[in-house]
Amino acid sequence: MAQADIGQTIAKRRAEILKDWGHQLRDGGALSSGRLKEAELDTQVREFLDLFVQAVSTNEADTARKALRQNVAEVSRARAIQGFTPTETATFIFSLKQPLFDALTQEFGKDSAALIQGLLAVTEILDGLGLHSMETFQKSREEVIIRQQKEIAELSTPVVKLWDGILALPLIGTLDSERTQVVMENLLQSIVEHGADYAIIDITGVPTVDTLVAQHLLKTVAAARLMGADCIISGIRPQIAQTMVHLGVELNVVSKANLADALGAALRATGRTVATIKSASGGSALSKA
Amino acid sequence: MNAPVTDTMPIQSSDDIVRVRQEVRRRAAAAGLGIVDQTKFVTAASEIARNTLDYGGGGIVRLEAVQDGARKGLRLIFEDHGPGIASIDLALTDGYTTGGGLGLGLSGSRRLCNEFAIESKPGEGTRVTIARWK
Amino acid sequence: MERIPILKMGRALLITIQVDMHDQMAIALEEDLTTRIAQTGAKGVLIDISSLEIVDSFIGRMLDNIAAVSRVLDAETVVVGMRPAVAITLVELGLTLQGVKTALNVERGFELISRRLAEIETVVVEIGAEDERSGD
Ligand SMILES: Nc1ncnc2c1ncn2[C@@H]1O[C@H](COP(=O)(O)OP(=O)(O)O)[C@@H](O)[C@H]1O
Ligand SMILES: [Mg+2]
Repeated sequence: MAQADIGQTIAKRRAEILKDWGHQLRDGGALSSGRLKEAELDTQVREFLDLFVQAVSTNEADTARKALRQNVAEVSRARAIQGFTPTETATFIFSLKQPLFDALTQEFGKDSAALIQGLLAVTEILDGLGLHSMETFQKSREEVIIRQQKEIAELSTPVVKLWDGILALPLIGTLDSERTQVVMENLLQSIVEHGADYAIIDITGVPTVDTLVAQHLLKTVAAARLMGADCIISGIRPQIAQTMVHLGVELNVVSKANLADALGAALRATGRTVATIKSASGGSALSKA
Repeated sequence: MNAPVTDTMPIQSSDDIVRVRQEVRRRAAAAGLGIVDQTKFVTAASEIARNTLDYGGGGIVRLEAVQDGARKGLRLIFEDHGPGIASIDLALTDGYTTGGGLGLGLSGSRRLCNEFAIESKPGEGTRVTIARWK
Repeated sequence: MERIPILKMGRALLITIQVDMHDQMAIALEEDLTTRIAQTGAKGVLIDISSLEIVDSFIGRMLDNIAAVSRVLDAETVVVGMRPAVAITLVELGLTLQGVKTALNVERGFELISRRLAEIETVVVEIGAEDERSGD
């Protein structure tokens, strides 16, 4: 049996196949999570089947097949982003098998040779598309994960404004090279947005720094200088100081024992002083607080 | 899966270098590279294109998409039929230059890319391949 | 050939690089600028690169050269407005632009140059004051 015959059969029994397939999908719980609307599913099902018919019946099968693969990729990507499981996603394609088998059986039931040929052809195409669906799903999940990692890195390290023209980046927790990179790019961008002359990178909350991360820190300091801003690194632990020295980087990095000292230095460097208000009884207002 | 989309651009003048930079920027953005990655890759492309022109006496660049799992990006293959590079190790040393440059084009570009390869035969020419993906 | 305009702002020169420069333009700029510093006696050169999407080693070398030549002519060069992505890339490339001063934007760059001018003038005044005192 030629593929064109399969196409004709499907086209002829389109309504019935759509109904069956719809049942299969609903029974499989395609709508139960509420992530997909009924109307959406109906459209997807109809589009897929029509492209499928074209892919098996036209002379321009190549173009039609590409369009079909494209359609599968889009549906799978959407499901990956909506949080469907791999099985739920693959079910979209595989649940079409039974309705197509039924249709072919009714059409070619007596001609068993033709029937087997038809079943094999349909199986082959659907299996291929199923694999393609899984591949796209996997890829899209990876993309989602990469994006989320980046977002988390950004969220977990806010750049704060300490004073006019003075920013601070309090880093907390272990730094890996990926996170450091995101955080540093953020800092440089904030420097531009705030028109900041000084950026204090406080690493009091960072237990260890490996060579790569130390290098990122120093590169950030260098990049900030190229942009016209100065960096101060504060809160360097003795161990980290050693790592940096081993890297051969006493560089022109200004470093201070803690964030307060760093702020003081930045204020002085921008022509400000911090004075104690004498009138406050019993010493400074801060020491009372 | 799909055959990679390939295109070729000439590198015969400094205007061509500007065009290559713009095309690389456009494609890197389309591939979804972030602004920093785009900038790194366009800079590397500019360095290698200039070498192709200045030292290789002109040549071409082939642009192809990188598509490998979640990795999406761009690969550039620069080719010339110039004098070639006698010692690639030496050429890759920071600060080494035979043309009064800063000697950072090759060594620096290597740091700016995910993939970097030089093939060269003295008297026959040079091929430099660079790629960057997200 | 298209040339990059050089504007005079008080005792400083301002160059705004807006186009993706090809090499001849960069070379011409170096020459034009040298002439202009000598003509005007400018004490500062501001190079605004906030429009530049990349700086490669060729442009980097041009900036270094401009700074070196200006220094010889007693003018200070300030590169202003470098974008974060460009700065990150330059560091990775290995270019540090040691000889040039930097500022976030033209305004800050101008402040930097004005401060230097004020210093030069203070020195002049002090010497003047010294003279008066000794004349007393
Ligand atoms: N395509 C090429 N053909 C021949 N020699 C080359 C080529 N590219 C680079 N080189 C050699 O490698 C050296 C280093 O190149 P590069 O790192 O770009 O520094 P620069 O361009 O500043 O000299 C060049 O000075 C040149 O001798
Ligand atoms: Mg070079």
